[in-house]
Amino acid sequence: MIPPAFDYHAPRTVGEAVALLGSLGSDAKLLAGGHSLLPMMKLRFAQPAHLIDLNRIDSLRGIREDGATIRIGAMTVENDLITSPVLQARVPLLPEAAALIADPQVRNRGTIGGDIAHGDPANDHPALSLALDASFVIAGPTGERTVKADDFFLGLYTTALAEDEILVEIRVPAFAPKTGWGYEKLKRKTGDWATAGAAVVLRLDGGTVSYARIGLTNVGPTALRAAAAEAALVGRPLDDASIDAAAAAAMAICDPAEDLRGDREYKTAMAGQMVRRAIRAAAARAQ
Amino acid sequence: MNAPDRLAALQGMGDSRLRKEDARFIQGKGNYVDDIKMPGMLHMDIVRSPYAHARIKGIDKSEALKVPGVIAVLTADDLKPFKLHWMPTLAGDVAAVLADEKVHFQMQEVAVVIAEDRYAAADGVEAVQVEYEELPVVIDPYAALAPDAPVLREDLAGKTSGAHGPREHHNHIFTWDAGDSAAADTAFEQAEVTVAEHIFYPRVHPCPLETCGCVASFDPVRGELTTYITSQAPHVVRTVVSLLSGIPESKVRIVSPDIGGGFGNKVGIYPGYVCAIAASIVLGKPVKWIEDRIENISSTAFARDYHMDGELAATKDGKITGLRVNVVADHGAFDACADPTKFPAGLFHICSGSYDIPAAYARVKGVYTNKAPGGVAYRCSFRVTEAVYLIERMVDVLAQKLGMDKAEIREKNFVRKEQFPYHSAFGFEYDSGDYHTALKKVLDAVDYPALRAEQAAKRADPDCPTLMGIGLVTFTEVVGAGPSKMCDILGVGMFDSCEIRVHPTGSAIARMGTITQGQGHQTTYAQIIATELGIPSEVIQVEEGDTSTAPYGLGTYGSRSTPVAGAAIALASRKIHAKARKIAAHLLEVGENDLDWEIDRFQVKGEPARHKTMKDISWAAYNNVPAGLEPGLEAVHYYDPPNFTFPFGIYLCVVDIDRATGETKVRRFYALDDCGTRINPMIIEGQIHGGLTEGFAVAMGQQMPFDAQGNLLGNTLMDYYLPTAVETPKWETDFTVTPSPHHPIGAKGVAESPHVGSIPTFTSAVVDAFAHLGVTEMTMPHTSWRVWQQLKRSGVAL
Amino acid sequence: MAKKLISVKVNGRTHEEAVEPRTLLVHFLREKLSLTGAHIGCETSHCGACTVDIDGRSVKGCTHLAVQCDGSEVLTVEGLAQGSVLHAVQEGFYKEHGLQCGFCTPGMLVRAYRFLLDTPNPTEEEIRAGLSGNLCRCTGYQNIVKAVQYAAAKLQQTAKEAA
Repeated sequence: MIPPAFDYHAPRTVGEAVALLGSLGSDAKLLAGGHSLLPMMKLRFAQPAHLIDLNRIDSLRGIREDGATIRIGAMTVENDLITSPVLQARVPLLPEAAALIADPQVRNRGTIGGDIAHGDPANDHPALSLALDASFVIAGPTGERTVKADDFFLGLYTTALAEDEILVEIRVPAFAPKTGWGYEKLKRKTGDWATAGAAVVLRLDGGTVSYARIGLTNVGPTALRAAAAEAALVGRPLDDASIDAAAAAAMAICDPAEDLRGDREYKTAMAGQMVRRAIRAAAARAQ
Repeated sequence: MNAPDRLAALQGMGDSRLRKEDARFIQGKGNYVDDIKMPGMLHMDIVRSPYAHARIKGIDKSEALKVPGVIAVLTADDLKPFKLHWMPTLAGDVAAVLADEKVHFQMQEVAVVIAEDRYAAADGVEAVQVEYEELPVVIDPYAALAPDAPVLREDLAGKTSGAHGPREHHNHIFTWDAGDSAAADTAFEQAEVTVAEHIFYPRVHPCPLETCGCVASFDPVRGELTTYITSQAPHVVRTVVSLLSGIPESKVRIVSPDIGGGFGNKVGIYPGYVCAIAASIVLGKPVKWIEDRIENISSTAFARDYHMDGELAATKDGKITGLRVNVVADHGAFDACADPTKFPAGLFHICSGSYDIPAAYARVKGVYTNKAPGGVAYRCSFRVTEAVYLIERMVDVLAQKLGMDKAEIREKNFVRKEQFPYHSAFGFEYDSGDYHTALKKVLDAVDYPALRAEQAAKRADPDCPTLMGIGLVTFTEVVGAGPSKMCDILGVGMFDSCEIRVHPTGSAIARMGTITQGQGHQTTYAQIIATELGIPSEVIQVEEGDTSTAPYGLGTYGSRSTPVAGAAIALASRKIHAKARKIAAHLLEVGENDLDWEIDRFQVKGEPARHKTMKDISWAAYNNVPAGLEPGLEAVHYYDPPNFTFPFGIYLCVVDIDRATGETKVRRFYALDDCGTRINPMIIEGQIHGGLTEGFAVAMGQQMPFDAQGNLLGNTLMDYYLPTAVETPKWETDFTVTPSPHHPIGAKGVAESPHVGSIPTFTSAVVDAFAHLGVTEMTMPHTSWRVWQQLKRSGVAL
Repeated sequence: MAKKLISVKVNGRTHEEAVEPRTLLVHFLREKLSLTGAHIGCETSHCGACTVDIDGRSVKGCTHLAVQCDGSEVLTVEGLAQGSVLHAVQEGFYKEHGLQCGFCTPGMLVRAYRFLLDTPNPTEEEIRAGLSGNLCRCTGYQNIVKAVQYAAAKLQQTAKEAA
């Protein structure tokens, strides 16, 4: 219940934060929303000697339209994703999916950046980022670089983020007209992590799928890009057969950890079911 | 005011008056144990074993003692001189206070750290170094009884009998039975039809929102011990603490302040309490201990863990002729089961239920395993949850075997109204009931035939994406422990008490031996007195929980408050009422028999204008009593109930199971309860909502899985299923009123019924969804994963 | 480990205190300021009994550091009433029997307060979702929903009358 003692830093700029991270090294952890880190510290699973609180850096918040790209500050909290008129209009998958994350209070603190940077396969934004073809802007001692979501999630709690870097922005292409989307998340109760989740973004040309991206939540050591499932859809008419094929292809790449939510068989089967549901939801919206 | 207005002004029995206790809670001014601060108060935290079974090779306090703010570290060795390292349990066993040379379950208390604040205490706990040597772990009670099973209780070596009779194995605790084994065997030999089913009621935990804790404060100058404690039975705690500490009971004060939910989790005496008290005595300062949630789930009183083999014998027309039950009861590492002394399996023998079963036999075997101790908790009415689950599952199994409707078979076997008081084959005398009327009311309300027709139509459609199930439970439970010749806790008979004092200006104060944890006693008890004495409930102050002022009682659990303390309240009130009549007669200069009582006054027969109200009489009681009568207007009553009470209910649940995922949606839940006389319908309804919600959580998601090493998986609220407002179904409540003939106000108690009755209703519904596929039993919890596995086994998963 | 000086406004009153960085906001409120309304029911940020209102948002006080509140405005259950006049949510919980043991109640009230400011005319489904960060073991939520509906109606009525 009680975290171990630590020193606390609250930089006001990204530059300050990067400098602190550099000088304190692995003794430091970044504090974003705190709803992953602080519980771990209260259970003493994490015992950083220093916390670098990012909450005072105003430049890390906000959602802006930059032509056809939507730029989301990494410290934007989930509830602000939900209420954003920009996202509701241009990337409606995000507000809808954010409402399925945690609970109302946690969503006032939990950030999109924290959800991504942690490298936790149970979090939702990684799979959403894959489905959205998002890119991540990263600040480090030598400046900024951009990494595509496809290249960011490397393994369990392992991302392309170096120890001395901070995720500062998420860039998402605004939806083209007639883009359909869906996020289906099977969970034991409100606030739980996904037993299995599927994010789908697709476009139809007549009855044929012209574009599809599918991301899977919590059925592997990282979020999974279900490329074979996408291939089972693209260029084909969307019907029961192609949906079943996509689901089967998604299931084939699942490698879920067994826990009290389910064993491998159940989680894999549910990934398939969530893919089916998300495709159907997306198709209905793509009209 | 006219009579109806005067009655309304009393806000007495039957009135859904708003609660008197709410004011402090809605303003954040409740007084829970962790809110209490005393000058110089220290904080205690506990070092716990990561292993389920291990020898302690050594405990090194040195690093912990260096942590700034840490004052002391205590182990079993420090408690030995006071003989406090072991303590007696409520079940006639002993339990370690701090592990003495070995640990018996994961998270068992090994040492305590006392520090200046809770942060330093937590740091101190991390710094205590314990060396363990792991031992083989026993998790399965059947494996525990194997001849070569590891010895768990070395402290009981050579003890071939325990508190409840002979012990047949080193991990065996007791064998208890009830009923007539020969008669039951005969019934089975002669039966036209028999069914048998293994029914496991898994281990769960009450998980009240407030965890357990205390503030122990020994005053070395006065030699007095005061302890604020999350206890559902403060007087029992006082007696036990006095016995353990040697401090005279008159110098021990136990206070249960506001309690954030009990549900049976706060009945037992936990090592944390004993250590905090010991530390306070040794250090001469107040010591606060508040456990966290993981500690609460992992180490405090669990519920259930009953492996039951049930059998019914019946005619081919579905008339039950015999019942046999064999239970293996997993009690964990110490038998700390909170039962009345003579009942190691509680009131499990209510398992003949609402049915007229002529021959019955039940046997329960208690076993030690490497798990936390407990067994009786969580609104179970002393194993009545297990008993009702058993019989209701078995009746469904029999119905399915005979192809009979589940309502029809119950109706056929119900004890009939004319048979009350009914003597069951297990020796209970059920006080009153009218099951047929209640069942008809429910079936009509839900249009049962239409539901069955809908189910049939859905079963006939292979493309229907859901399986529909209808669960029906018609339970009788037994509460109000209990008659002291049968029921005692550590030798103290299970009576209860009330004292009432009416003030000169007409308001009153009343104290009882029970303690509310949310049930609304400060309101409902005042309502009883209001009706009995004609004093508005609004000005009747109710206090519980302070052993220095409240008369001795056995506390609140097992729905005993209304049946036992409620009776004491009525009878204490009637003593005052009788004295008030004498005073009224004196004031009006008539004979006592010349007076009628009406609502709030005595009036002269035939001359209502000549009357004295309770207010008039209260003043006179202190200033103008008739010769021979003492001044004052107060009474105390200790009530030893002549019998238990037997609330009953009819619950019906409709579920729709998603064939693709196994998710079960509760479409409808209709709960009819009969608790006899209803004191406050609003409060009753609130209790029902709460009990049904807990039942929903148990049936659909709660579990305490142990791995082979005895690690308890899922001991946080991430995994331990407490549904939010989103998951929780909407409840429909209904009632009938069949008063208890032996209770002064006819009231039976109600708050455990919705928990007892709803859990088998959910299982009944889920199994019913699969019944046409030959499924007769599914073990809880009915998570989507487990239900999906059944869908796969039955070949109907999408 | 060095203490930090914070200035935080709680229920309209400014407090300046030195706190250890690791001090949780809920402990700061309960132990330093003696505002014991917010309760602790778990250590994994699930139960919501510690819910307070920080700078216009519902936040679990157990998952927030006191140092993070420097310069913030915090509202706790003790700040809901205006003198002896209860807030509509408090009145609603009383009138609709929305509490039993009272332990979850402060968190529920502070959450309901903000929820109704954000969603003044909620459906039942929205109420249940809006309170899904607050667990209750006693009531089964049914009367809590009614309490929030009562408060919503009262607040709307008051707003109408003021207009």
